[in-house]
Amino acid sequence: MIGIEHYVVVSTILFVLGVLGIFLNRKNIIVILMAIELILLAVNINMVAFSAFLGDLVGQVFAMFILTVAAAEAAIGLAILMIYFRGRGTIAVDDANRMKG
Amino acid sequence: MSYANSLYLTGAEIGLSIAGLVLLLATAWTSRSSARAITIAAVTALFGALIFNLSLANDGAGAVVFGGLLEVDAFSIFAKSLVYIATIACLIVAPRYFEDRGQFRGEFAVLMLFNAVGMGIMVSAVDLMTLYIGLELSSLSSYVLASFARRDDKSSEAGLKYFILGGLASGIILYGVSLVYGFSGTTSYDGVRAAFDADFSTGALFGVVFVLAGLAFKVAAVPFHMWTPDVYEGAPTPVTAFFASAPKVAAVAMLVRMAAVPFGGQAEAWQQIVIFAALASIVVGALGAIGQQNLKRLLAYSSINNVGFILIGLAAATPAGISGVLVYLSIYVFMTIGSFVALLMLRTEKGEALATFDDISGLSTSSPALAWCLLALMFSLAGIPPLFGFWGKFVVFQAAVQADMIALAAIGIAASVIGAFYYIKFVKVMFFDEPKGDAPAKAPLPHWVVLGLSVLVISPLGYLLTPWLGAVADAAAQALFFAA
Repeated sequence: MIGIEHYVVVSTILFVLGVLGIFLNRKNIIVILMAIELILLAVNINMVAFSAFLGDLVGQVFAMFILTVAAAEAAIGLAILMIYFRGRGTIAVDDANRMKG
Repeated sequence: MSYANSLYLTGAEIGLSIAGLVLLLATAWTSRSSARAITIAAVTALFGALIFNLSLANDGAGAVVFGGLLEVDAFSIFAKSLVYIATIACLIVAPRYFEDRGQFRGEFAVLMLFNAVGMGIMVSAVDLMTLYIGLELSSLSSYVLASFARRDDKSSEAGLKYFILGGLASGIILYGVSLVYGFSGTTSYDGVRAAFDADFSTGALFGVVFVLAGLAFKVAAVPFHMWTPDVYEGAPTPVTAFFASAPKVAAVAMLVRMAAVPFGGQAEAWQQIVIFAALASIVVGALGAIGQQNLKRLLAYSSINNVGFILIGLAAATPAGISGVLVYLSIYVFMTIGSFVALLMLRTEKGEALATFDDISGLSTSSPALAWCLLALMFSLAGIPPLFGFWGKFVVFQAAVQADMIALAAIGIAASVIGAFYYIKFVKVMFFDEPKGDAPAKAPLPHWVVLGLSVLVISPLGYLLTPWLGAVADAAAQALFFAA
């Protein structure tokens, strides 16, 4: 029998993978965008699982909001990445070092 | 609460949203030369929202609207007024900066309007869902604003860094929110509080910690401050002024409401986190600024330092502490806006920014009025009496002492002395060093007006405001504790 704790464990693993993806990734900024999406999807699993478990619809409504905002966020992230690439000609993480101190 | 009444009480947000949408279409349909007119229209809309918001202070206090999604009370009215004032100030000084670089567009004002709507929702949210929507509305427009000077490498890099770390912070907040929802079974603040008072499990504690960590990101408190210096340095200066003032007010207000209402019954659980973040912010903000040559970077560390003092008031977890937070925030907004407007006025005839210590050495001979204004602002940021910045520090430390947190107050005061070092260095470079570079060009009148008003507020004359400001802040803080 799959209980609520299984869902929470899966979502925790996804969340940690997403966070690690941001901090351990040394190559490509697009991978970071994917890691952010992963974090949001981990939250969605949590929301929907809790919603089903509690028999309360609010969690599912919340998940819809998160999906919508995640789409907007990805659009803005890619737009910023575009102007960054236009200026620099690279999207490697280690090259984002114009400012130090 | 009838639907019409809900619409009336959220009139400021609705008005600003409509103004934003209309101006967005106007920018799309007209040429780029209309940017100034659109900015003026946006400022007018914000003024209208500010006045409407202040008019609510008399009649609409403490009303929950839209079935418990938002609350219009003294606290949200106070925070929103500060947010609108800061946004207006940044919009007034922005056109010249972007025109110098040939990048002035109407979208700037539109993004600021949407940002203001998001911040208004953030500070009055009493449901985790509205909180999230408000936060993202404000954050998403902030990311674009940071990279607004898109031909500038630094600006696009700042936008990228802000986007990634801001996205991570939103993710952390959301993960905490999902746990809070799961362990309390509701997303409304009052419901969460009731559920947590009945049963506060380890999972719920995790939720609280995640939410607070994410919010610490948004207010740039240590240990989640690493994005601040880069973003503040890279973003266009009017946008930096905005980031350091309005979204900071909104994020702190949101953090305060979160801590006091849904997590209010678990004060001892979050107090230790807030105390750590407060002390770490004060120390890191002070030490990090010492070696900086870039003035915007220096002010970024200064803002981290100031957040530490603000959090001391929150750590007290009393109405007096929260009132202190609000008083500090009000003074901080004027100090920050003033400092950044002064930085904006440090420009050559060609419009290039004078951005380092070398550029401002001997400023007192080339531009004495500006140098004296900066002197007042720096001494006020350092908390040196008789300037008004001292009063903000005084009220938060007083609240901490009253809450029996003498050690916290003592360490905070000791660390504020370190911070005084670089504020005084600023003054030393301006007044006692030989001029090296070009003298700054004549600054336009709107800049002088904004700078003059800020300096007037933080001057000793500001103390005339203390009885009124204290009473309004007390009422705002009480609104949170009555709601509980």
